[in-house]
Amino acid sequence: MDIGNEQVIRVLIAKPGLDGHDRGAKVVARALRDAGMEVIYTGLRQTPAMVAEAALQEDIDVVGLSILSGAHLALVPRIMQELKEREIADIPVFLGGIVPKEDIAVLRDMGVAGVFGPGTETRAIIADIREAAVARRKASR
Amino acid sequence: MTQRSGSSVAEGDSPSSSLGPDLARSALAGDRRAVARLLTLVENGTEEGAAALTELYPHTGGAHVIGFTGSPGAGKSTLLNCVAQAFRHRGNTLAVVAVDPTSPFSGGSVLGDRLRMRDLVTDSGVFIRSMASRGHPGGLAHATRDVVSVLDAVGTGFIFVETVGAGQAQVDIARLAHTVVLVEAPGMGDEVQALKAGLLEIADIIVVNKGDRPEVQQTVQAIRTVIAGSGSVAGGWEIPILRTSATERTGIEALVEAILAHRQHMQATDLWSARQARQAYADIEGWLRRYFDEWVAQCMDTRDYDALAEAVVRRACDPATAAHSLLTRFTEGLCSKLKG
Repeated sequence: MDIGNEQVIRVLIAKPGLDGHDRGAKVVARALRDAGMEVIYTGLRQTPAMVAEAALQEDIDVVGLSILSGAHLALVPRIMQELKEREIADIPVFLGGIVPKEDIAVLRDMGVAGVFGPGTETRAIIADIREAAVARRKASR
Repeated sequence: MTQRSGSSVAEGDSPSSSLGPDLARSALAGDRRAVARLLTLVENGTEEGAAALTELYPHTGGAHVIGFTGSPGAGKSTLLNCVAQAFRHRGNTLAVVAVDPTSPFSGGSVLGDRLRMRDLVTDSGVFIRSMASRGHPGGLAHATRDVVSVLDAVGTGFIFVETVGAGQAQVDIARLAHTVVLVEAPGMGDEVQALKAGLLEIADIIVVNKGDRPEVQQTVQAIRTVIAGSGSVAGGWEIPILRTSATERTGIEALVEAILAHRQHMQATDLWSARQARQAYADIEGWLRRYFDEWVAQCMDTRDYDALAEAVVRRACDPATAAHSLLTRFTEGLCSKLKG
């Protein structure tokens, strides 16, 4: 099946944890919409189980997390675990937010597909997400 | 219709694939991931999805489908969150299918109904699915019926379908749901008049949400006046006009009772089977139109099309004659193919 044109890419944009700054998440959601994707936007204060359950029910291609609280090293492993329990750990997970440089490698080891720090161009985010979605669909067929 | 949803139907899948039926069996056995994947397959109009639907169809017909429609911002999602919780407390399994509009410019969309349903998200007796309308007018997506069928087949007791924020003519939900709940907000005044020839005609239950606002009584009164002239709907059902406040969680129980009373009324009269029949006609019509849309796309995918367009530009031929000639050539080709 041709992925590029025929199937819409579905992205979950979620804000796990307790910080209340969702402007970045909204900007990204809008940019992805304008790139022709379907964005399921879950809003603030999502628990890891909520994120994983939404990813499952919505048959998501890519998960995008926005974390600005600094709690990424605590939240990400729990989200990965919830995805694994639902047998959907093959969904690429991206993280946007404020992440110290030394944490990026740690997050990568946890299975995060990419980290977008402040100043990342939306064009780059769109390209990475599209590439990851297409690669996963190819692998699953 | 967008280019995508129309053209992706027939091509690309290998017809020998057993993915659709395999997923259908897993879904029937209770695999939620299989259900989610099936919903994508039917939403994308794939052959695998169609094969799965064939497998699943004998298992459908048990669910009570309840439509939530009304103006944008009337509070449909928030109210639905409360109502669904109340149904859960009574021990029912349920699903929510929430439709939001697709951008006509990019083909993309932001689906935000989950935002207001956070109380339901991690409940294993609830399945929530967001759908983009993908260019389909009428308040639903092209494949909403198929998505409902999948959820029905796997044993969901109640399926709530939330339409795109709808105006006068977006009445597709009437052909899909057994019970239509129209949600409006206070302060509409003359707008109630405008609803007369559309949504008010299809409503089985009318809700004035945001009941904590001062103008609520006028709105209830205005709606009452408007529907008074039209009498009650078929089968002697008296349309209730209820007041709710989703944020303060008042009036929810009365709404739940009204939905269940409507169900009882339908089952006690012929209304339930009449609605099932109406759905069957609408579903067959939907598929017919889908097949014809594919034909039209194939008609347009020819050199004749370009030649005729050029002739129309030169005023050597008018558009209606051009279309007729394309259609004739296409059906002749089809007939000879069928004979061969």
